[in-house]
Amino acid sequence: MALNTGGQARRISRVYDSTLQSVDDAEKLALEVAAQTGFAEDDVHRIGMAVRECMVNAVAHGNRYSAHKKVEFSLSAGGGRLQIRIVDQGAGFDVETLPDPLAEENLLRHSGRGIFLVKSFMDEFLVRRLDPSGTEVILVKNLEAPG
Amino acid sequence: MSVKLTTRQVGDVSVVDVAGRITLGEGSSALRDCLRDLISKGHKKILLNLSEVSYIDSSGIGELVSGFTTVTNQGGQLKLLGLTKRVQDLLQITKLYTVFDVHEEEAHAIRSFT
Repeated sequence: MALNTGGQARRISRVYDSTLQSVDDAEKLALEVAAQTGFAEDDVHRIGMAVRECMVNAVAHGNRYSAHKKVEFSLSAGGGRLQIRIVDQGAGFDVETLPDPLAEENLLRHSGRGIFLVKSFMDEFLVRRLDPSGTEVILVKNLEAPG
Repeated sequence: MSVKLTTRQVGDVSVVDVAGRITLGEGSSALRDCLRDLISKGHKKILLNLSEVSYIDSSGIGELVSGFTTVTNQGGQLKLLGLTKRVQDLLQITKLYTVFDVHEEEAHAIRSFT
C-alpha cells in the first residue's frame, strides 16, 4: 500500500520480539512520534492505545509469544497524518467475523474489545492476511479529521 | 510501575485501592488475583477505587468485567469508585458505564452497598 504523506515525511521501522516488552516499547515509540507530529494530548493517548491493542494482537494472538516469530513495526509521519504498520507472522484472523462487543449478549464477555477500541480511536483501520502466513494491520490518524 | 493494589476494610466493604496501569500481563493478572482472593475469603462487597489508575487497556477492562460477573454470580456486589476521565470514556465507548455502579465519593459508595 502506498502512502502519500506529502512533504517532510518521516519513517521509523523496528523489528520486535514477540514479548509484552515489545508492546510497551512500540507504544512508547508511537506516543513520542504522535506528540512530535503535533497531535493533541487526547489523540496521542488514543494512538498509543490503538498501537498497544494491535501489538498485543500481533505478539499474543498472532505470534503466540513465539521466540522464533517477529513483529515488523513502522511509523510514517508527514502531510498531516500518521500511519502505523504492524505485521506479525501468525495464522491470521478475519476481522469481519469478530463478535460485536456492544451487542447485549457480548457486553459481559471477558475479551473481544481490542479491535473495537482501535477502530474507535483511529481514522482508518485496515487488516490484510498475508500469504503464506501473517497479518498486516495499518492504522491511520489524521491531524485534522476531514470535514 | 505496573499496578499496585492495596485492600482495606471499611465496615463490611472491601475497598481495593488500585494505582498504576491495568494492562495485559502483570497489571491485569494482579487485579484478577486480588479479586479472586477476596471472593475466596467470602468478601462479597467490593469497591474498586480506580482514582489512581492512569491507564487501562482492553485486557484490563476484561478483568473488571470478569470481576463484576464473578462477584455478582456469588451473590455479591462489585462497584467502581473515582474513575478518571479516560477510564470513564473507555467504559462509555464500550457501553459498560451503565453496567457498573460507579461512584465519585467513597462515603457515598460505601453507603450504597446493601
